[in-house]
Amino acid sequence: MKREAPKSLADYSPLFFPGLMLIVFFVVPFSTMIAVSFFQRDPSGFYTPDFVFDNYARFLSLFFAKVLGFSLMLAVMVAICCVVIAFPFTYLLTKRPRKVQTIWLVCLLSVLSLSEVIIGFAWSTLFSRTAGITNLFVAIGLMKEPVALLPSFWAVLTGMVYQALPYTILVLYPALVRLDPTLLEAARTLGASPVRAFMNVVVPALRNTIVATLIMVFVFALGSYLLPQILGRPSHWTLSVLITDQAIYQSNMPFAAAMAVFLVLMSLALVGLTLLVGRRENAL
Amino acid sequence: MSKILNHPISRRAVLGAGVASASLLAMPSILRAQDKSIKIGVYGGYFKKSFDEHIFPEFTKATGIAVESVAEPTGEAWLVQLEQAAKAGQAPADLSMMSQVSTLKGQATDLWAPIDLTKIKNSSNLIDHFVNKYPDGRVAGIGAVAWYITLVTNTNVFPTAPDSWAAFWDPANADKLGLLALASNSFLLEVTATTFMGGTKALDTEEGIQKALEKLAEVKPNVRLWYRDEAQFEQALKSGEIPMGQYYHDVTGLAAADGQPVRSTFPKEGGIQDSGNWVISRASKKTEEAHAFIDHMCQPAVQSLMSRKVGTAPTVKRELLDLTPEQFAAVSSDIPPIIPRYDLYTTKADWINQKWTELIVG
Repeated sequence: MKREAPKSLADYSPLFFPGLMLIVFFVVPFSTMIAVSFFQRDPSGFYTPDFVFDNYARFLSLFFAKVLGFSLMLAVMVAICCVVIAFPFTYLLTKRPRKVQTIWLVCLLSVLSLSEVIIGFAWSTLFSRTAGITNLFVAIGLMKEPVALLPSFWAVLTGMVYQALPYTILVLYPALVRLDPTLLEAARTLGASPVRAFMNVVVPALRNTIVATLIMVFVFALGSYLLPQILGRPSHWTLSVLITDQAIYQSNMPFAAAMAVFLVLMSLALVGLTLLVGRRENAL
Repeated sequence: MSKILNHPISRRAVLGAGVASASLLAMPSILRAQDKSIKIGVYGGYFKKSFDEHIFPEFTKATGIAVESVAEPTGEAWLVQLEQAAKAGQAPADLSMMSQVSTLKGQATDLWAPIDLTKIKNSSNLIDHFVNKYPDGRVAGIGAVAWYITLVTNTNVFPTAPDSWAAFWDPANADKLGLLALASNSFLLEVTATTFMGGTKALDTEEGIQKALEKLAEVKPNVRLWYRDEAQFEQALKSGEIPMGQYYHDVTGLAAADGQPVRSTFPKEGGIQDSGNWVISRASKKTEEAHAFIDHMCQPAVQSLMSRKVGTAPTVKRELLDLTPEQFAAVSSDIPPIIPRYDLYTTKADWINQKWTELIVG
C-alpha cells in the first residue's frame, strides 16, 4: 500500500487529540516541575520564582547517589524477578484451554484492584512475628520459634514483585498468545527437548517483548514509595520516599522537583534505550 | 482569577443565586446569624467533627456569633493558601488553628493580625508558653489545642512501665522500638537533649544539634520501625510486634480503655507537648468576633470540656480546671513537658532535615 504524505491541515487532524492529551497530561505538568526545580527555596515560606541550581547541587552528593543507586538496583531486581517468574508462567498459561486461561486472567485482574496500601499491610502481617507465616512453619515443625521477616530487603522485594507481577503477565500475554506454534513444533521435530525448545526458540523469538516488559516493570517499580516504607528499613527507602518527604513534610517543592526531574530523566533514558534496542532488532 | 470574577453573570447564575438566597430566607436562624458570624479553620477530620459537635454550638449560644467551620488541609498547604489569599485581601478563614512551625513562618511575612490581650479577659488563665509572640512583642497566636507524645509500651512484653526516655537507648530493647520518622514530628532531638544534655537549650548551636544527633544515632539499632503513618505503629504496638515507642498519649489511653495491652507513660523528663495556635489572618475584617472566640476558648470551663470531649491537653493552668485527677491524667500530666524547639524547624529546617535523613537512612 502506498502511503500519501499528508497535505492539508485536515490530514493532520487525527493527531490533534493525542497531541492535546500529551500536552495537557505530560508537557505542561513536566514543564512546571522543571521550572519549579530551578526556583529559590524559602525556608520560612514556600518558594520564589528564580533560576538557581542550588536544588540540583544539593542532590549531587554521595548520600543521594547511594539512594538513587539503591532505587535503581531495587527496580532492576523487581523487573528481573517479575519477568523470570511471569514469562514461563504466561507461556504455560497460553497452552491451557481457553476457559482456564480466562479464570486465571480474571484472578490476576482482581489482584490489580488491591491498592498499594492493602498489599503493604497484608504482607507486613504475613511477615510479622506475632501473626505471620513463620507461625505456620513452627506448627509443622520446620522452625523452632516464630521470627519477624520484616523489615528487610527481601520483604520489600517480595511485596514489590507481588504488586508488579499481574502487570507483567498482562503485558506478556498477548505476545505469547500470538506466538506461532509451528516454530516450537519445528524445534521439537528436530529433536529439541521442551525446555530447550522454550529457551532456544520461544525466548529469543520474543526478545523484543521481554526487553519492553523489563523496562515497563522497571519504570513501574521506580515510582514505588509506600512498600519500601512499610516493609523495609530506612536504608531500603527509595528516592521516591525522600521526594515525598521533601514535598509534603518539608514543603521544599524546588528540591522535591529537582529530585523528581532526575528520576523522570532516568526513566526516559531507559525508554529511549528500549526503542534503540528494538530498532536494531527490527533491522536484522 | 480576575477574569472569572469579571465574567458577565449568566442567567443560570442569577437563578441559582435567587434559589440560594430564597432558601437562606427560609432559614431565619442563619439569616439572623449573618450580622455576626465568623469563619474558623480547624484541622479536617477528627478535630473539625469534635469542634462542630461540642465546641462551636456552645460558643454561638454564649455570644450569638455564628460559626462557619472550614476544614484545613494538614501540612503547610493552609498557610500557603492564607498567605496568597491575604495578598489579594481575602481571608478563607478569619481565625485558624495553626501548627507552631506554621505560626512562626506566618510571622515572617506578618500574616497574623496582632491579638490584643486586653480584649481577652481570660488570657490570664493561660499557661505562659501558650501565648505566641512576634519578636517585637505583639501577640501572634494563642494556644488552641495541645496534645502529648509519650513513651508507650505493650504491657504483655513490658510488665513494668519504663520511667525514662533513656529506655530507648537500652541495648536490651534492640529492634523493639517504633519512632516517628521525621525530626519535625518526632521531636527526638529535644528528647535527646532533655534526657542527656540538660535541656533543649543545648540545641541552640549547630554543635549542640550535631551532638544530639550523634547520641540519637545510638538508638538506631533498637528501632524496628520509623513510621509516618500512625496506623502502622498503633497496630504493631497492640499486637506486641513492636512493643515500645513514642505515640500520642490520648489515643493510647483510649486503646487501653478498650482493653488493649498498651500503656502510655510520662517519663520523668516529661512528655513531648505539641500544640496548635489560634491565629487571625491580617485580611480578616472580623477581628472583634475572633477575639471573642479566643476569649471564650480560654475559659477554664471550655478547656475542661475540650479535655473531656476532644481529648486535648488544657492550655490553662491546672488549678483553674474542674477536671478530676483521672480526667486530667487522661490528657496531661503535672510533670513539666518537653516543649519542642519549633524555631529550629524554621531557621535550620533544611540543615536539620538533611542531617536527620542521613542519620536514619545512611
